[in-house]
Amino acid sequence: MRWRSTLAISFSAVILAAACAQTGTPSTSPGQSAGGSPAASGGAAAFKRGDGGQLNILYWQAPTILNPHQATGTKDSDASRLILEPLASYGPDGKPLANGLAAEIPTVANGEVSADFTTVTWKLRQGVKWSDGTAFTADDVAFTFTYVADAATAATTNSSTQGVKSVVAKDPNTVVVTYDAPNPNVYQYGVGYVSNGGILQKAQYAGCAGAKAKDCPADLKPIGTGPYMLDTFKPGDVVTYKANPNFRDPNKPYFKTVQLKGGGDAESSARAVFQTGDEDYSWNLQVAANILQPMIAASTKGKMLSVYGSSVERILINFADPNAAGDLRGEPSTKHPFFNGPDGLLVRKALAMATDRQTVANQLYGGGLTGKPGCNIITGVPDFESTATTSFCAAFDPVAAGKMLDDAGWKLGSDNIRAKNGIKLKLTYNTTVNAVRQATQAIMKTNWEKAGFSVTLLQTPAATFFTNTSPDGANHFWSDIEMFTNNSDPDPTSYLDGWTTKQIAQKSNGWQLGNYNRYSDPTFDGYVTQLRTETDPAKRATLIKQANDNLILNVVIIPIVTRTQVTSGISTTIKGDTPTGWDSEMYNIADWYK
Amino acid sequence: MGRYILRRLLIAIPTVAVISFVVFAILALAPTDPLSSFGADPRVPPEVRAAIRTSLGLDDPWPVRYVKWVTSLAQGNFGFSFMSHSPVIDLLKQRLPNTLAVVGVAYIIGVVLAIPIGMISAVKRYSLFDHFATTFAFVGFSVPTFFTGILLIIVFSINLRWFPFIYDSTLVIHDLSSFLDQVKQSIMPITVLALFDTATIARYTRAEMLEHLPLDYVRTARSKGLKEQAVVLQHVLRNSLIPVVTLVALGVPTVFGGAIVTEQIFRVPGIGELLVRSIGDGDTPVVTAILLIFAVLVVLFNLFADILYAVLDPRIKYS
Repeated sequence: MRWRSTLAISFSAVILAAACAQTGTPSTSPGQSAGGSPAASGGAAAFKRGDGGQLNILYWQAPTILNPHQATGTKDSDASRLILEPLASYGPDGKPLANGLAAEIPTVANGEVSADFTTVTWKLRQGVKWSDGTAFTADDVAFTFTYVADAATAATTNSSTQGVKSVVAKDPNTVVVTYDAPNPNVYQYGVGYVSNGGILQKAQYAGCAGAKAKDCPADLKPIGTGPYMLDTFKPGDVVTYKANPNFRDPNKPYFKTVQLKGGGDAESSARAVFQTGDEDYSWNLQVAANILQPMIAASTKGKMLSVYGSSVERILINFADPNAAGDLRGEPSTKHPFFNGPDGLLVRKALAMATDRQTVANQLYGGGLTGKPGCNIITGVPDFESTATTSFCAAFDPVAAGKMLDDAGWKLGSDNIRAKNGIKLKLTYNTTVNAVRQATQAIMKTNWEKAGFSVTLLQTPAATFFTNTSPDGANHFWSDIEMFTNNSDPDPTSYLDGWTTKQIAQKSNGWQLGNYNRYSDPTFDGYVTQLRTETDPAKRATLIKQANDNLILNVVIIPIVTRTQVTSGISTTIKGDTPTGWDSEMYNIADWYK
Repeated sequence: MGRYILRRLLIAIPTVAVISFVVFAILALAPTDPLSSFGADPRVPPEVRAAIRTSLGLDDPWPVRYVKWVTSLAQGNFGFSFMSHSPVIDLLKQRLPNTLAVVGVAYIIGVVLAIPIGMISAVKRYSLFDHFATTFAFVGFSVPTFFTGILLIIVFSINLRWFPFIYDSTLVIHDLSSFLDQVKQSIMPITVLALFDTATIARYTRAEMLEHLPLDYVRTARSKGLKEQAVVLQHVLRNSLIPVVTLVALGVPTVFGGAIVTEQIFRVPGIGELLVRSIGDGDTPVVTAILLIFAVLVVLFNLFADILYAVLDPRIKYS
């Protein structure tokens, strides 16, 4: 009896957990970056190391490993950021910030980036020590590169080293990064904790590179140069830290100890910071807006920290036929019957026109609390933000969308579904199991059906959706449309690459590549090719906007909501946190104080 | 008796082997992917995903993986967690104390409360106490723990601020005040779980007592002139407890399995929380280890219950 009901409840718990996990999707990717900010190096307050007591941080996903190069989620990456440091961070403006091990940011102007964008010389801070008292040198940086670049290490940060020919310690305080070819994104290696991870201590990790990385004990107790050092770590539960006595800034960090507790759910995490004040910082409060808003409004203890990055909740349109027979299902050789037929663009535009992003943003994302209506896929960096899409997105009108279809010969049948030449506008719409997403699906369905589509809603647990191995997954994309969130680094080249022809996900590549839409447009491919070599910032910005507009105006994707990248609760007593949407939320934890 | 136990233990070996195969096969064939936590992140391109898959040993076909797993299991090695890169056994060792401190204590409290409640309910059938106990029992096993848990949090943590709802596993008990802290942080999850246990066992005890009360041997005892107290405690209760003891013994493995929902709600880092998270993460080495240990415990406690049965009831003989 007991077991039976435990089991039944366990199922609902799994679903609940999956739902929660899902809400957090944008951040479950190790991709959040927190960069640095003006205050990062400063800390205007006059305080001394260890003046404060304990800082309590709550993550509803618990860290399971403290090596950012082996991280499987934001939780791991963030928890390790207190201990380890990158060369530099991405600040709130999406630009590099020297709050890490580099003394300054290399640029062409200061001569540290070669004119051909091939070599980057990093000057390291002098006199930095590891928390065990030994000296930090350029050798540690070069070693970390070797560790990450070795495919056998299977580092999740490996893509930061792709196209990097070498990272050499020129002298104890200088590191030279050389790219295989001119790289306009010169900060690919070195900047951003999420994409690069932190610098590991060579002495500790020497025996852990390559095949030996898999079960390296150091992953649970890394030695770092960061403001805090590890005290205890129970994987999947809690991390406790102490102030690092060897931290390079003698007055920092302010707190004597930090406890980062993991587990639970987002809603009670919100209670812990807004209502009881048990926690000083509560991560990723993706809670339904109607619950979160009153909690924040009534709180005297905490406030909301919302910062936008590049996260966009989007709908993907399938250009291949998900219902083709046999092995051809969703293969790029097939064409979607109505999204990619002679009327393809018209039908896609009708769908976009019947998409009510305003209601979704207001009702489900609290009208700016955790998201705002979004129209671009490249967003967050002002220079790259296109305005050419604004009027296109503003035109929400399901009736007009229906009329547009009607005029093109898509007539309503007796079943209220539009059809032409025997092809009916019936579509399946897949996404992850998640309360907010299911509510979004319902809103979409209502409006699309008004325009004459027939919509079947599908839901897949996150752990099955985000995988190339499952037929219900985003990669196979065996439905007509699907929806999820994704984000990018400030430089969106590799992100945009995910819609190029050579990236089409299909059977022959095990559905491993990023172009799930199976979109193929030589014009778009051309933009991305040029982005790989163009070094002029203004021209890059133009190319990025053109690529963005191509995807939006051709309705390859329908962006719905631009979501906050940082969505955390923080005690009103904590000062010094200037969050960034481009790096770890903990990127400037050294500067936090009470 | 010795031969019987030996035979049962030998039979248990193929049972556990089959269970291990089924568990492994189901998990291997499930579509859950340990790499799904990366979502569609462009920072983790296909080559990297493939490298991670290889390093986790997921390239081999699953029957090969099963053989490898059983081989290392035979040497007492449960393998390494995909998520934390640490030995699975270490994770279990870290979590078992928390589970025992919460789920185990709740079970003991449940049993200790349930037997007297069930007994009194049966003896004073349809009394005010019985009605109260019956209502309590129905509430206990019909209201789900995720509801009672959240209710307690809202009342006692949010409104009254009496107890914390975030369990701190780093707390070390070294004096009275730290012991009180432990009581404070575990009282709510224990209450939630004990409510359920008490309700189930109390109803069972009551039913057993009611079955025995009208029997001939009870009449005989009464007609011998025994006091009612002696009749109830020494005759009826003792006989009624035989199946209850079996039930309690069979419930012990579930204590080790942890309480999935309650641990999640109160952030108790126990076995149940580990299990459910590992399922979600596709961390199969952890899931298989927990399920296998659970299966072994169920088999052992079944045997234990059968032996106990013979000890309590002299009429039963195993040969």
